[in-house]
Amino acid sequence: MDLAYTPEEEEFRARLREWLAKALATLPPKPSPDDWPGRRAYDLGWQRMLYDAGYAGLHWPVDAGGRGATPTQHLIYLEETEKAGAPYVGANFVGLLHAGPTIASEGSAGQRVRWLPPVLRGEEVWCQGFSEPDAGSDLAALRTRAWRDGDDYVVSGSKIWTSHAEVADWCELLVRTDATAPKHRGISWLAMPMDAPGITVRPLRTLAGSTEFAEVFLDEVRIPVANRVGAENDGWRVTMVTLSYERGTAFVGEVVACRRVLGELAREARENGRWDDPALRRRLGRLNAEFRALWRLTQWNVSESQRTGGVPGVGGSVFKLRYSHTRQELYDAAAEVLGPEALDVGREWTLDRLSSLSYTIAAGTSQIQQNIVAERILGLPKGR
Amino acid sequence: MDFQLTDDQRALKAGVRQLLTARFGRERLRAAADDGPPGLDRALWRELGEAGFFALRLPEADGGVGLGLPEAVLAFEEAGRVLLPGPLIATHLAADVVAGAAAGETVVAAVDGGLVEWLAEADVVRGDATGAEPLRSVDPLTPLHRVRTSGVSAGADPDAVLLTSLLTAAEQLGSAARTCELAVQHARTREQFGQPIGAFQAVKHLCAQMLVRVEVARAAVYAAAVTADPTDVAAARLLADEAAVRGARDCLQVHGGMGFTWESDVHLYLKRAWVRTQRAMGATESEDVLADDLLAGAGQRGSVQGRREKGSYECRGSWHTGITER
Repeated sequence: MDLAYTPEEEEFRARLREWLAKALATLPPKPSPDDWPGRRAYDLGWQRMLYDAGYAGLHWPVDAGGRGATPTQHLIYLEETEKAGAPYVGANFVGLLHAGPTIASEGSAGQRVRWLPPVLRGEEVWCQGFSEPDAGSDLAALRTRAWRDGDDYVVSGSKIWTSHAEVADWCELLVRTDATAPKHRGISWLAMPMDAPGITVRPLRTLAGSTEFAEVFLDEVRIPVANRVGAENDGWRVTMVTLSYERGTAFVGEVVACRRVLGELAREARENGRWDDPALRRRLGRLNAEFRALWRLTQWNVSESQRTGGVPGVGGSVFKLRYSHTRQELYDAAAEVLGPEALDVGREWTLDRLSSLSYTIAAGTSQIQQNIVAERILGLPKGR
Repeated sequence: MDFQLTDDQRALKAGVRQLLTARFGRERLRAAADDGPPGLDRALWRELGEAGFFALRLPEADGGVGLGLPEAVLAFEEAGRVLLPGPLIATHLAADVVAGAAAGETVVAAVDGGLVEWLAEADVVRGDATGAEPLRSVDPLTPLHRVRTSGVSAGADPDAVLLTSLLTAAEQLGSAARTCELAVQHARTREQFGQPIGAFQAVKHLCAQMLVRVEVARAAVYAAAVTADPTDVAAARLLADEAAVRGARDCLQVHGGMGFTWESDVHLYLKRAWVRTQRAMGATESEDVLADDLLAGAGQRGSVQGRREKGSYECRGSWHTGITER
């Protein structure tokens, strides 16, 4: 057991830190939350800066245009960018963390050349067309249909909770290509151009008041068969590849951010006098234990994936279960520190408190994650 | 960074588990619980001494095994797993100062806060146990004395406090992991309504949360063993105490009515976990250490977060698909 970083890793960290300090000083002001074109331009601009500095797709394989960094280097990258206050991956999330890695591992040579470089260079934005109104947690129940017509699939149906749909160039779309097959078979993975005729995007307003995601309606949208990644009706397996990436290191930066927020909370409590309340102080102390442990668990999972060749395991579900609840507890504690001001949505902590409500739902609800832990790690029988 | 057990550490853990399974298996546990009042098994104590349990961290030049805190934590995790009785931590911590402790010839107890475990069986007591009165201990495997004097306790030595807390956390971790296993075993085999109870989500989710608490505590305990940092130890202790106590309670719940009987082992895990929570650096002290740590870096940055600048964008949440994997 070793928590020390090698001289090479420390060198990597030092160079990254140096670059971040210079690069962040040149960033334009952040756009408003509902200014989607502005957000797109901001996120792509940051991605381009990363690309020019050689940090784009750090953990992607070299033959996919990445740097082939080790999981530990990726951990350092996520830790340092968060500490420096660098922009979040934002609109590039699906391209960099979902669609890109899926195409890198399952796509043909031509597909890799077509789609990967524009993601790394910050030229194209992807969104995710997985969930449907009747197929959220039970994803395999999806009903959006695709049938062959010459060299095209014709697709009709609807998707929901689609982040970045308003400004995406591409959508990683799961469709049912065989309606008669058992529900986990008969699904295919398509890259859908978002400017194709027949696509309607309707933004949804979240409880925090912003438009973070959208409904996407598909009315006989034609998608070339050549845009299918993986074999026809093999989309479920391809999707599992995608999701194994999602649960790998998606939350590393956020743990670092939560530890920072907790420190800020303690200092605010000292300034406004609430620190004198021993119950509140102890509550913040306990949250400190939680986030320290979550950081250690991250280091444990990263070390493990480095030993096993980089594919994250189901341990991500263990992490996500605890993290999502602890994050909500953090903002509940923030409300106690703020007092009446916690009801002011002009306070950043109030908005963060509202958005933290999604964490136990998004990316697999806590109940689904508990089923995964119970069945796949503990080996309990499947049931209803 | 390679935060994983080394091959040697895995071998050590497996070796200790093998020894304890052979020498303190379930029948011995039950006999100890049922035959009370308990006496300390001196032969087992000497065997532990011969195996290096107490001398683990003594330098080889002094007749020890020459290993470090991570290895001690792994050994105590295994002891916690089987509910090995006796003043293990006090004897381990006395290995370099009390003659015969390292070899398991001398049993050492220690005054810790207001309590002493195994006072009557000890050859040497560290701290002032004058006027100690026996309690009817809730744990049938841990005799306890209450110390009412404000005399010197193990708490006087900060290193001893820190190590006692960390090794206690290690025992709690082993205990928590074992109750999770016991619950899962029971949930897989016990049938109700025509199927194993583990097929019901209500039971499944209890078990999943037990594992989550174990794994979070494990990361914290192992990290504290590597750094020996007081704040890390405080975090490890809080999370391991919680994993052990709540793990035992949930295990009892999964066992249903059987869990409430003396015959079930579950209550032994819960009672020992309760005893361990009273040792050095319990919840209140650990939370205080962790709270102070939050202000330790104060002054480095602006302390009050301002209002959100109009028009600034910090969206974090992205919606991704939940999934049932079958």
